[in-house]
Amino acid sequence: MQKEYKSITSIAGPLLVVEGVEGVKYEELVEVQVPGEKETRFGKVLEAAEGRALVQLFDSPQGAKTEGSKARFLGETMKLGVSADMLGRVFDGSGKPIDGHPEIIPEKRLDISGAAINPYSRDYPNDFIQTGISTIDCLNTLVRGQKLPVFSGSGLPHNRIAAQIARQAKTTDGSDFAVVFAAMGVTFEEAEFFKSEFEKTGAIEKAVLFLNTADDPVVERIAIPRLALTTAEYLAYEKEMHVLVVLTDLTNYAEALREVSAARKEVPGRRGYPGYLYTDLATIYERAGRIKGKKGSITQIPILTMPEDDITHPIPDLTGYITEGQIVMSRELHRKNIYPPADVLPSLSRLKDKGIGEGKTRADHSGVMNQLYASYARGKDVRELAVILGEAALDETDRAYMKFAEAFEDKYIRQGEHEDRDIEKSLTIGWDLLTILPREELKRVKDEHIEKYLKTK
Amino acid sequence: MTQEQGTIIKVAGCLIVANGMKNAKMYEVVNVSEQRLVGEVIELNGDEASIQVYEETAGIGPGEPVFLTGQTLSVELGPGLLEGIYDGIQRPLALIEKESKSAFIARGISVPGIDREKKWDFKPVVSTGDEVVEGDILGEVQETTLINHKIMVPVGMGGKVIAIHSGSKTVEEVVAEIDGDDGHKHKITMLQKWPIRNPRKDAGKRVPATPMVTGTRILDSLFPLAKGGAGCIPGPFGAGKTVTQQTVAKYCDAQVIVYVGCGERGNEMTDVLMEFPELKDPNTGEPLMKRTVLIANTSNMPVAAREASVYTGITIAEYYRDMGYSVALMADSTSRWAEAMREMSGRLEEMPGEEGYPAYLGSRTAGFYERAGAVKCLGSDGREGSLTVIGAVSPPGGDLSEPVTQNTLRVTKVFWGLDATLARRRHFPAINWLSSYTLYDDNIAGYWTKEVAEDSMEVRNTTRALLQEESKLEEIVRLVGMDALSPKERLVLETAKSIREDFLFQNAFDEVDAYTSLKKQYWMLKCILAMYHAGLEVVENEEFDFDNLKKLPVLKKVVKVKDIGEGKWDEFEALEKEVQTSIRSLK
Repeated sequence: MQKEYKSITSIAGPLLVVEGVEGVKYEELVEVQVPGEKETRFGKVLEAAEGRALVQLFDSPQGAKTEGSKARFLGETMKLGVSADMLGRVFDGSGKPIDGHPEIIPEKRLDISGAAINPYSRDYPNDFIQTGISTIDCLNTLVRGQKLPVFSGSGLPHNRIAAQIARQAKTTDGSDFAVVFAAMGVTFEEAEFFKSEFEKTGAIEKAVLFLNTADDPVVERIAIPRLALTTAEYLAYEKEMHVLVVLTDLTNYAEALREVSAARKEVPGRRGYPGYLYTDLATIYERAGRIKGKKGSITQIPILTMPEDDITHPIPDLTGYITEGQIVMSRELHRKNIYPPADVLPSLSRLKDKGIGEGKTRADHSGVMNQLYASYARGKDVRELAVILGEAALDETDRAYMKFAEAFEDKYIRQGEHEDRDIEKSLTIGWDLLTILPREELKRVKDEHIEKYLKTK
Repeated sequence: MTQEQGTIIKVAGCLIVANGMKNAKMYEVVNVSEQRLVGEVIELNGDEASIQVYEETAGIGPGEPVFLTGQTLSVELGPGLLEGIYDGIQRPLALIEKESKSAFIARGISVPGIDREKKWDFKPVVSTGDEVVEGDILGEVQETTLINHKIMVPVGMGGKVIAIHSGSKTVEEVVAEIDGDDGHKHKITMLQKWPIRNPRKDAGKRVPATPMVTGTRILDSLFPLAKGGAGCIPGPFGAGKTVTQQTVAKYCDAQVIVYVGCGERGNEMTDVLMEFPELKDPNTGEPLMKRTVLIANTSNMPVAAREASVYTGITIAEYYRDMGYSVALMADSTSRWAEAMREMSGRLEEMPGEEGYPAYLGSRTAGFYERAGAVKCLGSDGREGSLTVIGAVSPPGGDLSEPVTQNTLRVTKVFWGLDATLARRRHFPAINWLSSYTLYDDNIAGYWTKEVAEDSMEVRNTTRALLQEESKLEEIVRLVGMDALSPKERLVLETAKSIREDFLFQNAFDEVDAYTSLKKQYWMLKCILAMYHAGLEVVENEEFDFDNLKKLPVLKKVVKVKDIGEGKWDEFEALEKEVQTSIRSLK
């Protein structure tokens, strides 16, 4: 029962009002045919009232007109056709392939908004994922089923880090691994970087790419993380794969949401972002996880750029409240030419404790982690103090801490873009650095581990 | 029976508008469309009603029916609540999983909050012919190994017991019959209902006078919360709100715990769900789950149910309070609840107050926290119960001047301020000892002096003063360096450092360290302060070289003071003496 209406009465930005409609459902898909155009445009119902529907177009409204345009209501919500053949392919924000190959034959059509996972049916994430980056593996351990965002800033090398993680990430038990990658509102060059990076290393075989560049329709930017996650859910829970979902850049996503919200004349919350930004972000991030009785899992690494490096800006702020930690990029380290410029102190992985220790990584992991943290924090404090008072005013212990902080940045945080450090290596470097400090300062590591691992000079 | 129904005229997200609703009541529960999604009437305008729907509304459209139920949003109360895991509107998550046949939550699922099949052994405590009033206990049911569930005469009822039926009963079977004062005969079952937005009645509030022991040293010793009080934990993300809430939920000495996960992380709730049945209650040795009700409405579950979840939780908590238990409710996080209100308010196109929050944010917040209290329960036996409420607040960007925090601070008397800087230094619990406060000091001083030690208030005050002074001295050190300080000032710094590192620092994940009894807390502080008191005598000499004190081997023992076991008070006393004598020997 599909009905066609010629009664589009207003167009404002991506929003259309269709009058005199009947039987329209909320979130239903709409096809809009503009006279003289071959292609149809798609949209969805944002508000369904009696005799009136508010429709949001996915494509640009350019060229659309009220007179003569036809709106057809399709009677179903937005769905994505999925199949295991999606691996190795590149799609746009409406789910169409853009790599020149034919469309996939879907095994299933799934609603892209998904449903909430019952907390009772979830399984707790506790399997270690090795990314080969010391600051993540040892200090902010990523586990299967976690959502761990990267908070970055404009001009910082977050894309290179994302690619490095996607390339190196592996689980210790060697199970089936796939990467779903979604780029929202990135520039052409960034999109190309990822595409070629994936192709060059052969990672594309195990990856699904969704690309929406900065000049693509804004509304597709809102759909694209959901397309990616629907694909990921299919691969994880039906094809038993461990899926790593990389989303970049969530800031562009939130901007798109604000744009649409403003067009709808909604009451704005903080900084003009809609009041439901938290809920909306949650429906994306919370789709990470593991489910009892299913082999697969979804791990998310969303990347966002903090406007003006401000971590209290609504986007990183709300993200931090939903995700299980964050990896923060530091401009200061970047200026010192340290790659990856991971700012260890404000970074955190909430689920690390479950993924480390005896049987998972190594018994001394937790102690080493806390000791490195605490010592680096103290070292940085001392360094600030030295700026004011001069180095001469420091006592011997403080000087050791300062030396430690320098070495930590240089040897531990810094690593090559193609350097894949395993966890043993990361821990060993950690112990080496701890020799700089007087032994009685090592309060966070157990004595037995000091005996075993600390090589005194 | 045909149900009265209206028709949907508009759908916008979780808000729908229906007409033909002139018989609808405010806050009445309705079923939306043939799928029977649960909703609640939140605004009436002529025969039009605005309804907030507790489930996803995609695919719903104008013209579909809305069924009235005649009931306001209520929870079911009775044996079987404990060990329950519910969503925001009291649907058991396990049953939802069964009905959905999937790990994902399906729509339109209607499952009872309390198991109808299970039989409970009802033991009457009144007999036929007894006169009873509202709130009187009719009988008891052993709900779990920890909690004896009291079946009470429903509120607003009283009269003569004309029949009482003991034995194995389901919650729907009649256990007592009362010839009411109102001239009607009432049949009473163990299952009762209560509308969640109304506080349950009590016979008067009391001033809270017993501390709620949490086993977390900084909370108990420096910023105690009283049983029946209200406290809040504001803090930016990553500072440890949830860990603090969970630690308190695990170890505090309340008899019943209601834990509301309101708009928080799914994995975090799973952690609670998996951990609580395993963990043992330190006060009784039984699994924690035996005294716990969990309400989990994660951030991706429908926003309207999030708004309801705190009320669902507090009504269940009040019900156990009415039995005479001490109950603690943790709400994590009330900011999400406020945001849910904001979202609904925006969709209703109400005039926004501060930062888009509705203007009634303040009164709703106050209304919620005022449901906490130490009360005399209804009923003629004069029993007392208490409900302690601890709400986490997630201020955007950690900025405490935002409306939710400010409104919360106006009504809570305890403030545990979490500090991101401390968290980054891995000082946990990351509660700032300078900004936090409690207004229950005087209320519970009596308890401490009587149960713990005569001078416990003195010890606390000295501790606080030292920490305060330390922050002042640190400013000076930052400007002119350590050398400018007198030996006395260095002594203050040294003692304060020991308080911070050896007393306040506590590992919530370490089995032994996670819980410290009040008495041990007192003795730990005594040993640390011995350094200060004895030191004062030595440093009076201006020439005294402070490094001599710092080098004393006994100080190494003070660092390990937390390793002395519970109950070994003589060891503590010996350490205190040792500290005193070795420091005095420097004279």
